[in-house]
Amino acid sequence: ATPLKAAKGPFGTNEIVTPKKDATTYNNFYEFGTDKSAPSANSGKFKPLPWTLRVDGLVHKPRDFDVGELISKTPLEERIYRMRCVEAWSMVIPWIGFPLATLLKQVEPLGSAKYVAFTSVYRPDEMPGQRGLFQVLEWPYVEGLRLDEAMHPLTILAVGLYGETLPNANGAPIRLVVPWKYGFKGIKSITRISFVEKQPPTTWNLMAPNEYGFYANVNPEVDHPRWSQATERRIGEDGFFSSGRRKTLPFNGYGEQVASLYAGMDLRKFY
Amino acid sequence: MHGRVQSPGKKVASRPNRWNRLPVWPIYVAGFIPAVWSFHLGATGGLGADPVKEFEHLLGLWTLRFLILTLLITPIRDITGASLLKYRRALGLLAFYYGAMHFSACMILDQALNMTMIIKDIVKRPFITIGMAALILMVPLAVTSNNLSIRKLGPKWNRLHRLIYVIAAGGALHFIMSVKAWPAEPVIYAGIIVTLIAWRGIRKPFLRWKRGPRSRVAAVSR
Repeated sequence: ATPLKAAKGPFGTNEIVTPKKDATTYNNFYEFGTDKSAPSANSGKFKPLPWTLRVDGLVHKPRDFDVGELISKTPLEERIYRMRCVEAWSMVIPWIGFPLATLLKQVEPLGSAKYVAFTSVYRPDEMPGQRGLFQVLEWPYVEGLRLDEAMHPLTILAVGLYGETLPNANGAPIRLVVPWKYGFKGIKSITRISFVEKQPPTTWNLMAPNEYGFYANVNPEVDHPRWSQATERRIGEDGFFSSGRRKTLPFNGYGEQVASLYAGMDLRKFY
Repeated sequence: MHGRVQSPGKKVASRPNRWNRLPVWPIYVAGFIPAVWSFHLGATGGLGADPVKEFEHLLGLWTLRFLILTLLITPIRDITGASLLKYRRALGLLAFYYGAMHFSACMILDQALNMTMIIKDIVKRPFITIGMAALILMVPLAVTSNNLSIRKLGPKWNRLHRLIYVIAAGGALHFIMSVKAWPAEPVIYAGIIVTLIAWRGIRKPFLRWKRGPRSRVAAVSR
């Protein structure tokens, strides 16, 4: 990880930032294994640069971006966001990145584009979770957003955290961060972004459609079929004897910014 | 093998047993080490980013491990002839103690004794309902794990303690349902438990087959 310069971005929080050690050694990135410690333990062989990010589909100017160049030439912001995992734990992470919209506008989407589809990387040689007889998920990991969600100022492409470039474990060299949605929407190590007309398939939704919806907005009212989403454990902050849980907020506390995107929608149906 | 031929009426289980010599108490001492050690790690920041979850998880894993060890005593005797029956009560009770500690850790450390939340979880969350049911079913087995109960209950004791199959299956299901997708670990635990339960269905034919040649020899020699 090399140091990154970034201006202070909007939508900050006064909450305690999760210790860097926790945010970089405790996360899900099944391409490296299913344990929370697997991404940091098994990602040593992964080569995040050079990296090409293709942006195509229903656009006027499809383009291949050199991510190394993107990182050095794009004005970067620090965004301190809450991150709520669907497994009911949460963190506060100082991401470094830029709004996804700044990139998407450069390719000039067509009027017919309604959704944005994301594809992650498939490199079984470098990613042990993609090798072997039993595969937990189908690879490559895919995700998607509605166009208005993708263009929303809260939605960023992160290229760093805690003042440095992204560690391999956290989705180097470039990943999505959508703070009002469960963490699994934040697809890591993105290789392709495509504008499409129809709602694209998403990995966890393919795996268990009744448990993981396309929208995956953080919602304390809509439980995972097997566990409650009403509360969460804040990693790093609550110790062994003072754990407790905090209440999960609708849209992970970003309702003021995003609730209007879903006006009139039944969020129990579109979970 | 000749020894067996000369005494065909003797059961495999009652062979002079060199595996039975160790006392039982070291099992309890060793059995509590994982709990004490994990608690120490948790209290001193050695259980990683989410210590409460990790502690709960370790206690749950050891519950399953002791259930598996308890269920292994019979197949070990069936296959090798070594009877470890003397230690089974300790292993079963350890499974119960770990189950109870697992539940306590969830209630105290994780939910901070928020009873509304705990009861809601037990009622509404299938995986928690199943785990809770398995723990409750362990209570009568733990209570009757003494010589007096065995004498008093007679054959009923055996029937009652068959509940361990339901408990172990419930525990395995509880583990699988608590995770996303199908990671290897819970599936392996479930596989072991299913195999050990299935053994009960095939052990009688197996023992007949195993005794087969011997009984034939015995019949001829008469």
